[in-house]
Amino acid sequence: MRAGLTMLGIVIGVGAVIAMVSIGEGAKRAVQAQIATMGTNVIVIFPGVTSASGVRGAQGSGMTLTVSDALDLKKRIPLLADTAWAKRDVMQIVYGNRNWNGTINGVSPSYLTIRDWSYTSGGPFTQTDLESAARVALIGQTVVENLFESGEEPVGAMIRIKNVPFRVIGVLAPKGQSAQGSDQDDVVFIPFSTAERKVFGTSFIGSVGAMFGSTEQVEDLPLAAEQIRDVLRARHRLQAEQSDDFTIRTQVDIGKVQEGASETLTMMLFAVASVSLLVGGIGIMNILLVSVTERTREIGVRMAVGAKRRHIMMQFLIEAVTLSLVGGALGIVLGIAGTKLTTLIAGWPTIISGNVIGIAFFFSLAVGLFFGLYPASKASRLNPIEALRYE
Amino acid sequence: MSALIQCEDVWKIYRVGDVEVQALRGLSVTIEQGEFVAIMGSSGSGKSTLMNILGCLDQPTRGLYRLNGMEVGNLKPDQLAGIRNQQIGFVFQNFNLIPRTSALENAQLPLFYRGLTLSEQRAQAAAALGRVGLQGREHHYPTQLSGGQQQRVAIARALVTSPSLLLADEPTGNLDTQSSQEIMKILETLNRDEGITIILVTHEMDVAAYAAREIVIKDGQVLSDRVTKARPASSTVGV
Repeated sequence: MRAGLTMLGIVIGVGAVIAMVSIGEGAKRAVQAQIATMGTNVIVIFPGVTSASGVRGAQGSGMTLTVSDALDLKKRIPLLADTAWAKRDVMQIVYGNRNWNGTINGVSPSYLTIRDWSYTSGGPFTQTDLESAARVALIGQTVVENLFESGEEPVGAMIRIKNVPFRVIGVLAPKGQSAQGSDQDDVVFIPFSTAERKVFGTSFIGSVGAMFGSTEQVEDLPLAAEQIRDVLRARHRLQAEQSDDFTIRTQVDIGKVQEGASETLTMMLFAVASVSLLVGGIGIMNILLVSVTERTREIGVRMAVGAKRRHIMMQFLIEAVTLSLVGGALGIVLGIAGTKLTTLIAGWPTIISGNVIGIAFFFSLAVGLFFGLYPASKASRLNPIEALRYE
Repeated sequence: MSALIQCEDVWKIYRVGDVEVQALRGLSVTIEQGEFVAIMGSSGSGKSTLMNILGCLDQPTRGLYRLNGMEVGNLKPDQLAGIRNQQIGFVFQNFNLIPRTSALENAQLPLFYRGLTLSEQRAQAAAALGRVGLQGREHHYPTQLSGGQQQRVAIARALVTSPSLLLADEPTGNLDTQSSQEIMKILETLNRDEGITIILVTHEMDVAAYAAREIVIKDGQVLSDRVTKARPASSTVGV
């Protein structure tokens, strides 16, 4: 009973460590998966904000980036494997007697490869489609669900966007939520030229909503971003004192922001775990000090029959470590149960790794040793005569 | 041949707060291998202090104590523990068995600290219990044994290492007359048949009568020291 209460601190501490790492790892993995849906080694460039009479528009509202910027970047920066451009607007899409307001993206074919889109049926449009401003469309899962009956094949169907008929040539494989939480499957991709000339009615031909670049190696991203900045500043003839009229984000930057959030959670759990382990350790020290006092006579007898200091030390250290390891084992069970429960109830992704269990085991061993040291040393320094006489 | 115990001008001075207590004041005594000595004296005479020093639980403040020709005055605590383990067996007034531990395990304890294997410990501890007449009670716990039986386990624990010196501090103090006689007969037999040197502290004359030599301590010095039975006493003892 007394031992059980003593171990409780360790149980909770170790349980918290397990839950902390499992939830943290799960969250990190989920974020990484979301970031990966962006594509591989992607750099995104947004135009700067517009400013009219002191009223500043939203990000991307400027018209400072153009298709020729994107083409020039690819030509002048060897690090960039490819570049792409896109422009978006929300519009009504009609199929038969159904309609849906979805995001229409006019994109270059390279966009589809950079962002790693794949297809459940059909396939992408080509450079020829772009050059001829073909009326072809790729549609995402959300759009499919809202416009088509289940089981109906969308490829080959004619849909209308702003009364312009488009032939569906591919259905995009689902990507789920983006790192920012928006539905990435609520999309329609059409060739950039078609969008510009036939759908959006752009006043400034050649301006883009966003540009994309990709590199072969993830390590090249920062340097590539720096070079893009230099080229764009030169092309836009910006003076040294003028600020950039565009914003560059690499996939790594976006990942960092997301990981920051899950790190906060991990740090909090870490604090809880440390405090519990500390309290558990103090509990072990306390029960051992009581045990040393209760067993003073026994220690005296052991010394009289020839126990050396290290023998007495070992005896109490073993007791401390046993308590903390049993507590640790219970904590591991509790932690795994808690983690499973979290997944079950909150639906959070969690990952229980063998490493975590090893670390938890090591922590309980360390706590037992550390907090057992003082009582054990105290016992080993007893004077045998006084210990034998102790009532 | 040098004596088993050789004390020369042994002083033991304690300091309790500001008061200096001279427990032993220049005590000298020599005890040969194979003797059976009773130490008597009123409480506060210094006999407990003497027993602690003889048992290597304590060290003299001044003076010389040689056990088996070895000076123990300057040894470190762990070295003293080693000597206690190898050469000395203790029997206490209140038995001092370890609770919740079987008779066999209690008797094994000194051998455990000697580093013997578990099977050797068990065999030797069982043999020692046999010598004090406790065959068949190896797995009893102290609470399941009578006082006399508990003291016999304690004697087995003292014997198990084949010590050259057995120190018994009022071994019969907590026992009834019947058990006292049994314990004293065991000690007497060990001394006579196995030549184990026994030093016994007691208040009771009839217990002291088992010994062959009687030393009375008073004020930290030897008051009297006389042989009460001629050596070898073995042939004449017929208790």
